[in-house]
Amino acid sequence: MEKSIISVLGKDRVGIIATICSYLAQNNVNILDISQTIVGGLFQMMMICDTEKCSKDFHEVADDLHDIGDELGVQIKLQKEEIFEKMQRI
Amino acid sequence: MPSLSEVVDTNKMFEKDNLDVRTITMGISLLSCIDSNLEVLKKNIYEKITTTAKDLVKVGKEIESDYAIPIVNKRISITPLAFIGSSACKTKEDYVELAQVLDQAAKDVGVNFIGGYTAIVAKGMTKSEELLIRSIPQAMAKTDCLCASVNVGSTKTGLNMDAVKLMGQIVKETAILTKDRDSIGCSKLVVLCNAPDDNPFMAGAFHGVTETDNVINVGVSGPGVINEAIQSVKGKNFTELCEIIKQTSFKVTRLGQLVAQEASKRLNIPFGILDLSLAPTPAVGDSIAEILESMGLEEVGCPGTTAALALLNDQVKKGGIMASSSVGGLSGAFIPVSEDQNMINAAASGGLCIEKLEAMTCVCSVGLDMIAIPGDTEATTIAGIIADEAAIGMINAKTTAVRIIPVIGKTLGDSAEFGGLLGFAPIMKVNTKSCAEFINRGGRIPAPIHSFKN
Repeated sequence: MEKSIISVLGKDRVGIIATICSYLAQNNVNILDISQTIVGGLFQMMMICDTEKCSKDFHEVADDLHDIGDELGVQIKLQKEEIFEKMQRI
Repeated sequence: MPSLSEVVDTNKMFEKDNLDVRTITMGISLLSCIDSNLEVLKKNIYEKITTTAKDLVKVGKEIESDYAIPIVNKRISITPLAFIGSSACKTKEDYVELAQVLDQAAKDVGVNFIGGYTAIVAKGMTKSEELLIRSIPQAMAKTDCLCASVNVGSTKTGLNMDAVKLMGQIVKETAILTKDRDSIGCSKLVVLCNAPDDNPFMAGAFHGVTETDNVINVGVSGPGVINEAIQSVKGKNFTELCEIIKQTSFKVTRLGQLVAQEASKRLNIPFGILDLSLAPTPAVGDSIAEILESMGLEEVGCPGTTAALALLNDQVKKGGIMASSSVGGLSGAFIPVSEDQNMINAAASGGLCIEKLEAMTCVCSVGLDMIAIPGDTEATTIAGIIADEAAIGMINAKTTAVRIIPVIGKTLGDSAEFGGLLGFAPIMKVNTKSCAEFINRGGRIPAPIHSFKN
């Protein structure tokens, strides 16, 4: 398993999760967990995924998600999980 | 698994607070390149660097992309060149040829700086070391990404005052040879005392002879993150202020540790050290002076500045040491003037003077850094400034450095423009009373009494 984090930040609108999920399904990325919150109209979402069996290169997926974010008017990032574990946990 | 708030918090540090990994520096030993024939030596050096570091920039970019974090610089440090060139270089020009080879190798592998045009002359100078030092002005004028450093003293050996005097002249000559670009050559030349063997930051980086063949050293940064954290304890007491700096420094260092381990694994080169220095850039919100001002100073340089910097430096180390077992290099806080917007403002307003900066260097990680002074400053006065700073390092058993730029053709009221990470600097006032008779004595200042610990 190669755990990765997709984070989304921006103004809420219809279809953000749907668009991302269908892209992930097309590229064989399994979603392990989703959490989201809306604070004052600001949409924050995080998905934990397994990118090990992904049909595309990790960096290509990151670029695609970035472009999808531009179309939806939100910021989408794909990052490997370790960075959060290392920086936030002892 | 990370929580949503942890993910948002982490990404905010990169996006809003300018957190970055300042440099991945690959240390390369050139000892195996040594040859008495200059042409063979040049070929050996070029080949060693371009094969060992061929993937450095590529791997750096991959790590940036995997974690969506900025890694600003990829750099190389080499064995002090005065050791490597000692049997092949008979003239200053021979050393300059090596300088050009290093510059070319750095450009060909795509790094932005290569450090190690260095002589370690803490106690005495060999002929070869003196040749290298005398070649520095030409080498700096003829190269773009080569950095030079000279270690003129240590707590164990005392100060080599002949070298200090010579460096006063060399700094001046370097300034003259690059006067068409605001004497920028001096921004790549640093004079050190107690230089560490594993520093990843330029201009003082070199791969010491105590090191193994190749290593990966990483320098983290993050003044903006610390500054943001300090805002949350406005009006609280020092215990709470120290605690928040320590916690934030821990997070920043863990980022560096992760990048260092990944780079080491992917390049198949051992991880050396992590340098947890807070390093500013001229960008707004990436300033050490701003941190000090956030603690409650009206402007950096006012009374209280040295205490604020001492506190910052110590807490950064305490948080960082908990986060990594391989801390080294300079580790602390840098206070370059031209690379820090709030320092520039304070220097321009007259509130920050060289003498106050000198006091600050007693408690921060390095020394007088990126300070522009009038171009007509005497070489002996520059040597005097170097001697003062080196004495602080020698007596207090810490690293100190001088990177000072006598900007030829400019004087008080003018400013020098270096561009990029090096920024710009107002010309600062220097005490012009002469120290020539003192500097011209020559010889050595013996090691302090507390160096005799055997």
